[in-house]
Amino acid sequence: MNPVIETFSLTKRFGSNTAVNALSLRIEKGEVFGILGPNGAGKSTLLSMLCTILKPTSGTATVNGFDILRQHHEIRQSIGIVFQDPSVDADMTGLENLQMHADLYDVPVSEVGERITSVLRLVQLEDRASDYLSTYSGGMRRRLEIARGLLHYPKVLFLDEPTIGLDPQSREHMWDHIRMLRKREDMTIILTTHYMEEADRLCDRVAIIDHGRIVALDKPSVLKKSLGGDTIILGIKDGESLRALLVGNGMAEKVEVHNGEVRVTVANANILLPRIMEAAATAGIYIDYVYLNHPDMNDVFIHYTGRDLRHEEAKAPMGKMAMMRRRRVR
Amino acid sequence: MSEVRGIYTLWLREVKKFLREKPRLLNAFVQPLLWLFIFGTGMRFSAGVTEYNYQEFIFPGLVCQAMLFTAMFMGISVIWDREFGFLKEILVSPVSRPSIFLGKMLGASTDVMLQGIIIFPFAYLIGARIGLLVFLEALPIMLLITTGLVCIGLTFASVMKSFEGFGLIQTFINLPMFFLSGALFPLTNVPDWLRWVSFCNPLTYGVDAMRTVMMGNVFVPLFPLYIDIAVLFGFAVVMFLVGTWAFSRTE
Repeated sequence: MNPVIETFSLTKRFGSNTAVNALSLRIEKGEVFGILGPNGAGKSTLLSMLCTILKPTSGTATVNGFDILRQHHEIRQSIGIVFQDPSVDADMTGLENLQMHADLYDVPVSEVGERITSVLRLVQLEDRASDYLSTYSGGMRRRLEIARGLLHYPKVLFLDEPTIGLDPQSREHMWDHIRMLRKREDMTIILTTHYMEEADRLCDRVAIIDHGRIVALDKPSVLKKSLGGDTIILGIKDGESLRALLVGNGMAEKVEVHNGEVRVTVANANILLPRIMEAAATAGIYIDYVYLNHPDMNDVFIHYTGRDLRHEEAKAPMGKMAMMRRRRVR
Repeated sequence: MSEVRGIYTLWLREVKKFLREKPRLLNAFVQPLLWLFIFGTGMRFSAGVTEYNYQEFIFPGLVCQAMLFTAMFMGISVIWDREFGFLKEILVSPVSRPSIFLGKMLGASTDVMLQGIIIFPFAYLIGARIGLLVFLEALPIMLLITTGLVCIGLTFASVMKSFEGFGLIQTFINLPMFFLSGALFPLTNVPDWLRWVSFCNPLTYGVDAMRTVMMGNVFVPLFPLYIDIAVLFGFAVVMFLVGTWAFSRTE
């Protein structure tokens, strides 16, 4: 299969700081590809280079078969971008924002009306099309930005933190929209996110980036498995006897006793837990409490980057106005 | 073709926004009225100018002033777009930088021309006789002034990253350009240093050309009309090139 995006030791340096370090990557057609990483890991820099906003220091990449160094116009015509920060004109109506976009991207005039109607329907904003953007909620603006990004039928859609600042309901909606897009429009979607749940539920593959390099790249399920399965934690006064029992009858191999708790690492805790309870009851071992721990993307993330998510500090300072606007939006 | 469409849509946006901004339109009407009737009347009876009506004298200057302030404001609106993020949407589109600049420039220039034209009916209130022919003669001069001024504004906006500098522009560009243009007083009686500084101000030639066209024989021009026009033309061309260059470098 032909990759939609391929990078060849793509590198970007800002002074002495290497934001993206000899990064090579292939993204296939039709994937939802997630790019994860702590702040300042180089996600946005990578995205900006792929969108031809930033010139790489060395290396290159192709997007839809076009070279990012020489074919700016062709790339821009064939990709859609939804930025992390709002980029709509709030003093214009939804319709006007879409119309402007259609003109900027030279969408055939005879198709503009029809396409606007269809993207508005897709993000369920038909009835608000003639309202000024300043009256939209944050989630609605985001949806309009996605609609706008689709107007020129891009082959690749870049979503930079698509659900940042949205409430849980809007986030859930946004995920539905993204899934639907992939299915209906046969589009490759590349998204960056800070939300591990988002990466887990949306992405076919994720790349975890740290210090400008890829530290892990696979399906979320594979990455989670690579951490070694589920953990069952049992509160027991006499932990050693349970350990002897479990190891003795071959139910589990990895059993640790620590602070009055027994931690059992197994491939599938949901199936094994009832058996363990039975065995303990039969042996007369009293269990105070029990809980399960399935490794999630958060664990994967921390495993590979060695720290929890840092919060918004390394980012380029947001303009005062944008900050004010954003607060108002919420 | 695609570039022309991009330019058109950017032009349309500027004009729409200008016409929708009701407070600004009100301001556009009222401010020149204050200058003409309060400042103008006061000076007319105190300054001792007898050859002509002082209000008639400052009228072309006030048209230039309104255009100057609007041009700077509209040029600076690019910073506004940057702050609110919309600039990004434009900058990542396939439309080239020079075309984006041209679209912005044409849009802002249309607004500035409208702003200048709005003031013309007030000429009748002060008894100036400005016929259709005079108005039509004034238009090309206004267009030259507008182009140069808008490009200055856009150049500053390309260099400035935030609104903090806006007050500086007001103090160091708008007011000096206005005061040093001879809009409010004739430059024939002022000390040499003031005259020479004023001659370095392109707006001086704009005001002079407007007066030559609008006041007829009662006004003795500083320069022949062709020199005024030549300077304004040179100013417009240079600022257009500088502006295009500066804007193309923005990230």
